[in-house]
Amino acid sequence: MSLKLSQQLYDELRAHGEETYPHECCGIMLGTTSENGLHVASLVRAGNTRTDSAHNRYHIAPQELIKAQREGRKTGHDIVGFYHSHPDHPAQWSPTDFAEAHWFGCSYVITAVEKGKAQITNSFLLTGTGEDDKAFTNQHITVE
Amino acid sequence: MEIHIPTPLRTYTDKKETVSVDGATVAEGLAALVAAHPAMQQHLYTAEGKLRSFVNVYLNDDDVRYLPGKEETAVSATDELTIIPSIAGGTPSGAGCCCR
Repeated sequence: MSLKLSQQLYDELRAHGEETYPHECCGIMLGTTSENGLHVASLVRAGNTRTDSAHNRYHIAPQELIKAQREGRKTGHDIVGFYHSHPDHPAQWSPTDFAEAHWFGCSYVITAVEKGKAQITNSFLLTGTGEDDKAFTNQHITVE
Repeated sequence: MEIHIPTPLRTYTDKKETVSVDGATVAEGLAALVAAHPAMQQHLYTAEGKLRSFVNVYLNDDDVRYLPGKEETAVSATDELTIIPSIAGGTPSGAGCCCR
């Protein structure tokens, strides 16, 4: 199941990571799910509440998630995933990312930002049914 | 009262985004949800019966954990409950590769 998004949205989420460098950026992806994959229709930039450690941690306030969910409902969209940046770290999920991942069936997109410039962007699909069997699987990104 | 179900938990509510339940309190509403969709139990609660730490429940715009009555807070038929798992992460604090 691939992640599909437009070139504009792809560029937008990568640019967000450059703007917040050396801090982590984070955001919510709204869209639809089909047999062909997850289609991102829009991005919602979120504030990183981890101001105490914004260079290596992110946290999206539940209120922002609820607000995004409500907005999506108006246009027939759901939360299909999240994105964040790894300033000066690889675009691979970390043990912290894994421990804090609970949105099964959703995409977790990570962009490595090196010295302020976006590099590799990867996506990982959270699979499984619960905390005991969850796993991140590499997910192909299709930029349309 | 309506309970909004997040994307990952709709597998256990027959794909329903919203479930209507009866209940006089938040706890009763959640209990009614679990009664109607038993598989929700393990995803919302620990074995000890407490809400999982990463499961946020909002009564309209308020986090139930911070309401004076918490889960015993009274609700009306027009109130909305939203279940929303937390989202967080980040890189390791030390140097080196962060991936497994």
